[in-house]
Amino acid sequence: MSPEAMSSIAAAAAIAIGAIGPAFAIGMIGSKGLEAIGRNPEAAGKVQGPMILAIAFAEAISIYALVVALIIKFV
Amino acid sequence: MEISLAAEKIMHIGSFPITNAMLTSWIGAAILIVISILATRKMKMIPSGWQNTYETVIEMLLNMANSVIGDMKATKKYFPLVATLFLFIISNNWLGLIPGVGTIGLHETVHGKDILVPLFRSGNADLNMTLALAVTTVLAIQIFGIAAIGAIKYGKKFLNFSNPIMFIVGLLELIGEISRIISFSFRLFGNVFAGEVLLTVIAFIVPYIAPLPFYGLEIFVGFIQALVFTMLALVFIKSAITDHEEHEETQPAHAH
Repeated sequence: MSPEAMSSIAAAAAIAIGAIGPAFAIGMIGSKGLEAIGRNPEAAGKVQGPMILAIAFAEAISIYALVVALIIKFV
Repeated sequence: MEISLAAEKIMHIGSFPITNAMLTSWIGAAILIVISILATRKMKMIPSGWQNTYETVIEMLLNMANSVIGDMKATKKYFPLVATLFLFIISNNWLGLIPGVGTIGLHETVHGKDILVPLFRSGNADLNMTLALAVTTVLAIQIFGIAAIGAIKYGKKFLNFSNPIMFIVGLLELIGEISRIISFSFRLFGNVFAGEVLLTVIAFIVPYIAPLPFYGLEIFVGFIQALVFTMLALVFIKSAITDHEEHEETQPAHAH
């Protein structure tokens, strides 16, 4: 297979596989956070802050995968 | 449709190259400075106009910083860096969405072929910029920590000779500190650059109506990334200035 074909497939695979984990992680964080808010609506403000922070951490991993895919494609 | 991972150089001052992301971030900084000057001349006790809006923004940031750090006196010490990070990052992100950024390019240089070199590009879409912000933040966190609890106590967090397990834990902490530079810079760069690429591709495929929800997403992402950078910096500052040996009633979020 030609190098360009391989690099296209590699870029696509990098981001596709790299987004699976973070997608699960963000879903779980969101569900636990919403569960906590549902059980104690007054604590919604206190739960929200760390939840957004944790979601940003999880999303950062998928961004690393995206950057690798972009590097493969464009460099 | 050209997408370049590295920010393109548009001119040279002497032998120092100036990239388009640098130019855009200068424009963003100039806008922030002009707004600050407008808001702080002839200050009144009961604010109105520019001063009022600016005070609202600063007060919201101060409350957010205080909710993480807890002690208002300490918050005011660390507030200038944190607020500057937020305002600078959000202005860079949102400036990248203005029509013309990324599309107006005066040069059509021949690099073997004719390509358009954009004059403007979102400031944070350049890895150099986000790396600089990350290194500055992590260095500042170390300096704040040493200033707050002393060099010996701060060094004990990383070089802990009490028993072999704690020594390894200390080494891992050190590696974690350095990995924060990479995580900070790549999170911000990846989000902003990917957003730019997304908008370019969507506008290329369907120029009318379809890019609108993606512009909304990019405005939101720009705000969230500034918020996340600031909140993470605050959380790490809080963790650095806390003396872990004493028994504190509020455990700072121990983040990686």
